[in-house]
Amino acid sequence: MSQALVIVAHGSHLNPESSTPTYDHADTVREVGAFDEVRVGFWKEEPHFREVLRTVDAEEAYVVPLFISEGYFTEEVIPRELRLEDWDEAAWDSDGTSATSVTLTATDTGQRVHYCGPAGTHDAMTDVIVRRAESVTGDPDVGPGFGLAVVGHGTKRNENSAKAIQYHADRIRERGRFDEVRDLYMDEDPEVDDVTDFFETEDVIVVPLFVADGYHTQEDIPEDMGLTDDYRTGWETPAVVDGHRIWYAGAVGTEALMADVLLERAADAGADVGDAVQRVRELTRVGGESADRDAGAPTADD
Amino acid sequence: MSATDGPAADERVTVSDEAVAALVAAAENGGVDFDGLRAVSEGDGYRFETPEMTRAGLTESEFRDACTNHPEYVDNWYFFEGGDRSPADRAFLRWLEDGDAESWDVPTRYDALREGVARSWGQVAVTAMLGAGGRRYELRHEDDLGTPLPDLERHEDPLAARDLVKHDDRGRYRPLKTAPSLPTGWAFVGLDGRACTRALDLIYPATVANWHLEREGDLDVNHWRETMERQSGIYSVIKTWDRGEGYEHVNWVAEACCDDSQCLKRREWGYDDETELDVDGGDGEFPCREPCSLVVAAARKWTRLEGQQPRTYEFELTPGEKEQVEAIIDAVADGRVDDIREADIYEGGNRYRTRFLRAKRMDDTGRLCGVPTDPEEGSEDD
Ligand code: SF4
Repeated sequence: MSQALVIVAHGSHLNPESSTPTYDHADTVREVGAFDEVRVGFWKEEPHFREVLRTVDAEEAYVVPLFISEGYFTEEVIPRELRLEDWDEAAWDSDGTSATSVTLTATDTGQRVHYCGPAGTHDAMTDVIVRRAESVTGDPDVGPGFGLAVVGHGTKRNENSAKAIQYHADRIRERGRFDEVRDLYMDEDPEVDDVTDFFETEDVIVVPLFVADGYHTQEDIPEDMGLTDDYRTGWETPAVVDGHRIWYAGAVGTEALMADVLLERAADAGADVGDAVQRVRELTRVGGESADRDAGAPTADD
Repeated sequence: MSATDGPAADERVTVSDEAVAALVAAAENGGVDFDGLRAVSEGDGYRFETPEMTRAGLTESEFRDACTNHPEYVDNWYFFEGGDRSPADRAFLRWLEDGDAESWDVPTRYDALREGVARSWGQVAVTAMLGAGGRRYELRHEDDLGTPLPDLERHEDPLAARDLVKHDDRGRYRPLKTAPSLPTGWAFVGLDGRACTRALDLIYPATVANWHLEREGDLDVNHWRETMERQSGIYSVIKTWDRGEGYEHVNWVAEACCDDSQCLKRREWGYDDETELDVDGGDGEFPCREPCSLVVAAARKWTRLEGQQPRTYEFELTPGEKEQVEAIIDAVADGRVDDIREADIYEGGNRYRTRFLRAKRMDDTGRLCGVPTDPEEGSEDD
């Protein structure tokens, strides 16, 4: 039976680059040929969540939200707009970061939909954060002598958003690769504004856990950390702040390895992806073919 | 369109080995009756029939010869029936050839294909033609129909459409894919049937699927009320805009956003399933089945603005100034601002004219005739 991967993402009415990482990751998955069809659907662009499934021929669709955390979009908006019959967020049985997948029927198309947890809370996302650190420093072995900060919104917007940040920060810390690992937030303590206070190491890599680059990652955070007084004039990488070298990575979602997370989400839900996971990891490694795709730029609406 | 880009008029169709093998299999498996071609395996051999000829009692090899001698019939069957085309794509590719007319017979179909048959899908001109390997499709902006192919940026990969249609010819982002602002200057060439519908699905997402549902009588239209009732989060406020006092506000929304001058979809949704809107839904080929995300986002803003009560203000304007204000609103609403020439001071929306009006009639804080928005506070802005 033919199977499709459907990546669902936010998109934007205002920012043309918001969809770029989604398209890039779809292309990477296409390249390894694991699915008969790879489609993308958006909340703010077309095809909309409402109509993406009818553009898919396959009767079996693996839907993976390209979102960072569980919450309003993954639990309410997407299942409703896809018309997933009998959806109940309890079906994921999640503690906020542990959603896996649930198989339901889309009432308008009759397709079997394997609705997966968001990309951002999958274990493989930890590797993407580390890969992002490698890309921004250009060093596949980066770690010793470096600190790493994983940055997100705080709990004000979404309690689970902070949980996802902590989850990955803990996992990276346990690996012992970096001298220090911290989770920092935009609107609560520990705040990203004071990033240099939290690290002993001279070199600090800062990876924001966001899907696409936009207002937060390209304007707010760089200015708050003191990388620049005015985001429009740009900043150095690394930039020296209070005697620390800050390697600011920009949105983790633009990292080519994100395609691997999407694949793994679908594979966990039962998709037959063969050796595609391995091949995507190869394809997207630092210096790999798809690794240098530049993705993302400011976004401003929600 | 440019029949010059197509194959020579005398080009003969050759039929592929796969097509013949598939027809042999289909003849043995219940038989084929499609666009005048009948092929079946009977007790005394194979039968091959077109409106012009009938041969019966054929051996398999004679049947294969008959296929090769009547390539158009076999190619035609194989194209539409042989693959795993979705019903929507199949219907669309047939419509590209014979439109809404009665089904063409095969010779008419192939004569037309040799010439090239062009149809519009939104602002895209789709031309079906015969090329090496059978039907081939070319897509370009309909305004580029007269442009020689070498002057257009040519593409063969449907995925290229994603970047091509992102910005209009003025470089502005197109958040609504069916806005009539499709950029010019490109062409997709040599597409097969699948690539053709794939490219169109990236230019105008889901339009073929919804067009097909509508033709089958299965289009799932969601009207304004149910769509707004469904909204949550920051959009849940929109349902409060419906106060059981009619639907004039929805007329205004549709006139603002869904008019053919703004969106090429034909609006099929109304206020609710009993109440159509009073404004024209448009003449587009493909339907719009529910208010889109742009309309929802705009409706949220309008819900807030329309919650305000009207007030009476007193402004002093000359008759010419009143008309100028109207001209400015027209120019902005019709997207003509950029077309008003620098020195065309006859146009109310001309920049110098407008700057003069501002210099004369607005105070330092931008208030029209110095009149405060909120009479109590002296000034207010939201
Ligand atoms: S709601 Fe209106 S503007 Fe939006 S797609 Fe439909 S017809 Fe076009």
